[in-house]
Amino acid sequence: MELLAVLCLPLLGFLLLALFGAKRVAPELNITISFATFIAASLLAVRVARHGPILVFHDQFFVDAFNVFLVALTAFVGLTTAIFSRPYMRIEELHGRLTPRRLRLYHAMYQLFMAAMFLALLTNNMGLLWVAMEAATLSTVLLVSLYRTRASLEAAWKYFILCGVGIAQALFGTILLYFAAEKALGSEGMTALLWTHLNAVKGQLEPRVLGLAFVFLLVGYGTKVGLAPLHNWLPDAHAEGPTPVSAVLSGLLLNVALYAVIRCKVLVEGSIGVALPSRMLMGFGLLTAVLASFFLWRQRDIKRLFGYSSIEHMGIITFAFGLGGPIANFAALLHMTVHSLTKSSIFFTAGHASQASGTQQMDGIRGLLGTSPTIGWGLMLGSLAILGMPPFGVFSSEFLILTTAMREHPGTTPLLLIALGVAFAAIFSRVQPMVFGDKEAQPLPHSPALVPVFVHLALVLMLGIYMPPALAEWYRVAARLIG
Amino acid sequence: MHLLHPFTVPVINVLNLLAACLLLLSFAMLSRRRTQRLITLFAWQGGILCLSTSLVAYSSGLHELYYSAALTLLLKVIALPLILRRLIYRLGAEWDSETMVNIPVTMLAGLMLVIFAFGLAQPISMMATTITRNMLGIALAVILLSFLMMITRRKAVTQVIGFLAMENGLFFAATSATYGMPMVIELGIALDVLVGVFILGLFFFQIREQFESLDLRNMENLKEE
Repeated sequence: MELLAVLCLPLLGFLLLALFGAKRVAPELNITISFATFIAASLLAVRVARHGPILVFHDQFFVDAFNVFLVALTAFVGLTTAIFSRPYMRIEELHGRLTPRRLRLYHAMYQLFMAAMFLALLTNNMGLLWVAMEAATLSTVLLVSLYRTRASLEAAWKYFILCGVGIAQALFGTILLYFAAEKALGSEGMTALLWTHLNAVKGQLEPRVLGLAFVFLLVGYGTKVGLAPLHNWLPDAHAEGPTPVSAVLSGLLLNVALYAVIRCKVLVEGSIGVALPSRMLMGFGLLTAVLASFFLWRQRDIKRLFGYSSIEHMGIITFAFGLGGPIANFAALLHMTVHSLTKSSIFFTAGHASQASGTQQMDGIRGLLGTSPTIGWGLMLGSLAILGMPPFGVFSSEFLILTTAMREHPGTTPLLLIALGVAFAAIFSRVQPMVFGDKEAQPLPHSPALVPVFVHLALVLMLGIYMPPALAEWYRVAARLIG
Repeated sequence: MHLLHPFTVPVINVLNLLAACLLLLSFAMLSRRRTQRLITLFAWQGGILCLSTSLVAYSSGLHELYYSAALTLLLKVIALPLILRRLIYRLGAEWDSETMVNIPVTMLAGLMLVIFAFGLAQPISMMATTITRNMLGIALAVILLSFLMMITRRKAVTQVIGFLAMENGLFFAATSATYGMPMVIELGIALDVLVGVFILGLFFFQIREQFESLDLRNMENLKEE
């Protein structure tokens, strides 16, 4: 019931907003639908926490601790982003960058994107997972090019082609998976691609096929995670699209793509053992984190800067999943949560900061504290949180990842430390003059909704200082599922 | 449950022939510069896929596969070529051709890719049933060749045709190696492809409006400084 609501509410929202998205009330409608989805997702989470995993509609949908936590997070960030986007998009309209028709496209596609992500998270069918991931790409392509500038069109084209090629590799991987599954489960049409069924017989799946399948799946879905060397689309799409889209791409889509990789990893590990998948995840993760941290130095655009920071954090999370074991998985799940909360709040403030300064170039953004203290403090605290400063939750997860890496693979720790250190220096040296510095920014024509920023940061702070036992237990169960 | 009816030798021979044709068409696409020719070749690929799927459906007795053959016919032989042709007509890009491509070098690279694909598929071919021996290698080769086409071409429309040809290779892998994916998934994939082409169509107009050309060389400004 709740599951159906989570899937159908955004779809309903898509239809409604496709009709009425140009009206004045569209942003409020968007918020209402996102709120209803969030309620449904919370109820679903409570139910799974009380009664354990759910398997419904002829086993086509499956909810366990791992994906319900991502569903709740997705619905929450979806709601706060909708709240943030109301004044943000009004200001963009006042600045003449958007027309009511484009706003209709934006609102409708926003809900369609949410629907695609929920489908990807909740489906038990590896084929449908692929279809939903592709639908998530398609629904955001037109959002990236919403401003119709040369740069945004180029970014959207790159996004479409690179992710299209990536996702085609994932489809080949899925076909190989089906090929192996058919031998173990028989070709009874629908059931052979169901994750729960595959998970039950994963020991019997042909190892050679699954090894090859995993390579394709990792490269394919990894493109959407933003793993090097196929990460080029990410900073462009984040910088050129509207800020709410950057926030949900960074905070949610990357998580969902990583979720797909981890589901595949669980199956493959059951067949060929842990060595190959975990080494591949660790290798790609480290490469991504180190590469992205050095690219951070060369950025001039504030949203590109934080786009690269997302790549770096996705690298760290992938590395942690590669380490495996209860502690590293726990840390990776925690890091997914805090990264998504912190990064979306940073994008909220960065978006308003560039609106106030009239530019996304960091050289042009100065003295935010003087004009609008809330935006300034939001950006400062958000940056400190994402850089892993102690009281925030990012510190706890990064600390856990580092200590586990030191124990299990000591050789990797210097690289991790370099990535973290370089990223710290690069981001802090950029953010500091933007927040302090001389007063240059103009006050905004419409008061921004900064409640989401501080709610997110407060949650991240709470996760760093005190984690409710129920939540910790939940992470533990999810971490055990991943193995 | 695996093999409903074992394939007879003539059927396997015909399937092998069709697979070879598919690979040949991929090479033909690599060697063509004109967009219109590419669309024709793409439609031919769709025709081959439709034939091979029907043949597998006929000889395995899996009637579901007839639907997917019909879907291929509708989508890849009729609808997509028609949409693409109308699109380039409305964009006035009918006689566009790629001038910057070195065909002989691309062909050589393509040959290497085919060898690589067969090598990669070798261990799987060993354990496959007779029908799939060469098919998986050919399917992988078609995917890689389309990928090569996307890398070497500079026009937006051509890149999209390369993208669709890659999807053809994937479809061939699905039917030949596994007797087709479950129907729901095939429908989902078809829907994604169709929506993708529509979005790209919209996109072409936006790109031309902004850049006054569909040449992607204009779109190389987003780089690290």
